[in-house]
Amino acid sequence: MTKQTKQTLGLVFLQIFATLLVISFLLPTLWMISSSLKSSTEIFVVPIKWIPDNPRWQNYVDAFNMPGLPMWRFAWNTFIVVTISVLGTVVSSVMVAFSFARINWPGRSIMFGLMLATLMLPAIVTLIPRFIMFKDFGWINYTIPGLDLYFPWLPLVVPPWFAAGGFSIFLMYQFLRGIPDDLDEAAKMDGAGRIQILTQILLPLCKPVLATIVVFALIQYYNEFMEPLIYLSKLDSWVLALGIRAFNDTNVQNWELVFSASTVMLFPVLFLFIVAQRYFVQGITMTGFGGR
Amino acid sequence: MAKSKKTPWRDWAAGYFFASPFIIGMLVFVAYPIGYAFWLSFQKTDLDFGGLTTKFVGWDNFVKVFTDPTAKTALYNTAFYTVFAVPLQLVFSFSLALLLTQPIRFRDFYRAGFYLPIIVPAVASAVVWQRVFNPDYGILNDMIGWFGVPPQKWLFDKDLAKPAFIFMSLWQIGRQMVIFIAGLGNIPQSLLEAASIDGANGFQRIMKITLPLMTPLVFYNMVIAIINSFQIFTPALIMTDGGPENATLFSVLNIYREGFQFFNMGYASALAWELFVIVIGFTIAQFVISRRWVYYEE
Repeated sequence: MTKQTKQTLGLVFLQIFATLLVISFLLPTLWMISSSLKSSTEIFVVPIKWIPDNPRWQNYVDAFNMPGLPMWRFAWNTFIVVTISVLGTVVSSVMVAFSFARINWPGRSIMFGLMLATLMLPAIVTLIPRFIMFKDFGWINYTIPGLDLYFPWLPLVVPPWFAAGGFSIFLMYQFLRGIPDDLDEAAKMDGAGRIQILTQILLPLCKPVLATIVVFALIQYYNEFMEPLIYLSKLDSWVLALGIRAFNDTNVQNWELVFSASTVMLFPVLFLFIVAQRYFVQGITMTGFGGR
Repeated sequence: MAKSKKTPWRDWAAGYFFASPFIIGMLVFVAYPIGYAFWLSFQKTDLDFGGLTTKFVGWDNFVKVFTDPTAKTALYNTAFYTVFAVPLQLVFSFSLALLLTQPIRFRDFYRAGFYLPIIVPAVASAVVWQRVFNPDYGILNDMIGWFGVPPQKWLFDKDLAKPAFIFMSLWQIGRQMVIFIAGLGNIPQSLLEAASIDGANGFQRIMKITLPLMTPLVFYNMVIAIINSFQIFTPALIMTDGGPENATLFSVLNIYREGFQFFNMGYASALAWELFVIVIGFTIAQFVISRRWVYYEE
């Protein structure tokens, strides 16, 4: 056997190996999606039928019409929480990263170090005091006075406006550092103020990194489970993550419904992943963080 | 330039203004809660309709942290999980990265496939894996059956429950893999070629060149993986709720129970502080030890 054929054979072997491995990685997700379309008896057939005989779309209708578990309500709540949180993350991380990357002020390097340290802080350490603090603020099951509007999500949506996650600041900071200072200086000569430099010169150049921040923030707040679990006590205020968990606890026998509810929750992020895949990779490689 | 030199306070004011979200957030949502948690850990607390009442109890909570058998079990479980999951994750994600940097076809597809599990919402993946591990109808028993392995009880078996969690964690290594792939792309081809010419085989090239050059990223992934492993919570709450026989009662789940189900918030804060100190200690220790094995280019 020549060296050439040996190498080709090696690559063929690797190709087959990688294919088997990636299929096994995708199996749990594929199983969930396929089972979400089965009847409640078909789901327990051994060996597994990967493609159901008659896809039961009715499962999805049933999942959304569970008595006592208003999935539409949960989806709408999730939408509100995620939208406000993502917006806050973008605004605050742009501001803070701009300050870290472009302005000199006393204490800056200490603050920067603290920001990196918060990335490693276990969430559980601040969870109990935060809960007590928000309770003292009256933010648990809060109703906006005057408007009489029930808004129990303040504990979830306010911290993002105060740069709660260091990840997006760090990402933005890394990107801003890559843009030469000459641009700012030229604009300064022309009499532009800081806000103009940020919004008109730097931000247009930051579109890719902004997209990355939005994608990661979307996933993060959408997936968040522990904080909603603690802050949202009333069923009406729940987000999807809590809904799926309750769904799982109450439908021990009806796997197909649990799977269709989970598939519904997966679908938006799956879509985002397919559309914006390169931003995921970019975000991770620029900072080393992101995801879990 | 001249102007800003004359009045540095203008820079300072602008700097503080733009950094204000972080500074305020840091004080209100991080520093104050950490301090408050410390204070709480010396209190006995009761939460009722009137709000939180506290009573100073000295070191009682910390004595309980070190004597309570449940807390010890939780810490043991967490340590067990971390000790096995982290090295396996690193070896596995590094091997995947090596595989996906070989000149095979459809690499982008494979990368996306291996990355996909970490975007599946934590609750959804816990719900699915709970059923993957199901002794009667789960796909895992089906698959090991192909190799002649008898069906296992997984999450219902106190000896297999923790290994099951470790196994599941290997499904979520996309982030580590992407970091390794990026690092492998930066290794100078000339070094590998030179080693080839000197007669080094593939395995030797990996051990003598690739791995030493990748140690900074191995170290980085290890630090993050350990921090994350110490905080495992969502799958434990959903898949087993700590069972069977507390085999998957991990530290954060124990803290959650004490704080939010039994409302012993003082004791729970002491437990949280213990975990905090352990995580910091491990992180610092790793940085110190890293000087011996992590290779940094001059």
